[in-house]
Amino acid sequence: MKRSVWVIIWVGLGVALFAAGVLSYYASSSPDGLEKVAEDHGFIENAADSANATLPTADYSIAGVENERLSVGLAGIIGVAVMALVAFGMFWLLARGKKPSDEQASTHVDA
Amino acid sequence: MHVQTMHIPDGFINGPVSLVAMVIAALGIVICLRGARKQLDERTAPMAGLVAVFIFAMQMLNFPVAAGTSGHLLGGALAAILVGPYAGALAVSVVILVQGLLFADGGLSAIGLNIINMGLVTAVVGWFVFRWTIRAIGVSKPKVFFAAFLAGLIAVPVSSLAFVLEYAIGGTGTIGWPTVMVAMTGVHILIGIGEGLITALTVAAVFLARPDLVYGVRDLLPKQVLVVEPAKGVA
Repeated sequence: MKRSVWVIIWVGLGVALFAAGVLSYYASSSPDGLEKVAEDHGFIENAADSANATLPTADYSIAGVENERLSVGLAGIIGVAVMALVAFGMFWLLARGKKPSDEQASTHVDA
Repeated sequence: MHVQTMHIPDGFINGPVSLVAMVIAALGIVICLRGARKQLDERTAPMAGLVAVFIFAMQMLNFPVAAGTSGHLLGGALAAILVGPYAGALAVSVVILVQGLLFADGGLSAIGLNIINMGLVTAVVGWFVFRWTIRAIGVSKPKVFFAAFLAGLIAVPVSSLAFVLEYAIGGTGTIGWPTVMVAMTGVHILIGIGEGLITALTVAAVFLARPDLVYGVRDLLPKQVLVVEPAKGVA
């Protein structure tokens, strides 16, 4: 008996929510690879703020939420929710009406 | 405290090169949309959705790689191995779009650059490294783990070389590109180790549960319904 795809989907979504909502607070705050190289080699000042920097969700924190753990966690959960809507929606549209190939194949063999 | 993961911001690469990158990224996405339509079906589509969500979440988890430096998952290799190179590149591209539009992570003018480097390049490199490796050594739990590790490990420094190329053509910094190349490659080999581990652990977990859901090994698994006689007849 095969494990259902949906078991994997729900477990994966649970891990994603936990990572973005809880673990993100403990992420390293050091500059990442590109940022460090830009700092070391004098072109970090060329970086301009994103035109979206004034969004209430900018920089993975929620404007007005003082508690940092809550702020980044909320941003992570919002991000996971938005990502789920966009990604599941897009891939569902792309695959609509297409049956798995091995089901087609097995039907073919039976016939 | 948590600091945002930083993709290429506005201002590192000049306008014309950023614009050309946007056109190339758009073309790449169109190709991926067509390819993904062919490769996905109603069973694998939810996996592609999950992979995109998972990569978004994991990109929030910067891990330390050296004194005062961190890295995070790029995810293209992971996505390509699990759902195929086209859907995989699309998944990472969606992550980068949402990050740029909703969280101001990565410049809006640099979105094409970021999609090329982190979405397209890592998916393509990760896919080929994984496929060549797994074809050479065969399919088993440790071999899938190893091939996935190698794919992540190599995809990240190659992605950083894509940035170096963009910097060499349109960088606004005054420092020469060879210096940037040495620095970028060095730190991204370290980040690649983290990428390789996350890629290998995730692919191995899916492989243990449902090997047929790992797109990169699907055609190499023993068939469940064997039709031996006609095959012998043909041979």
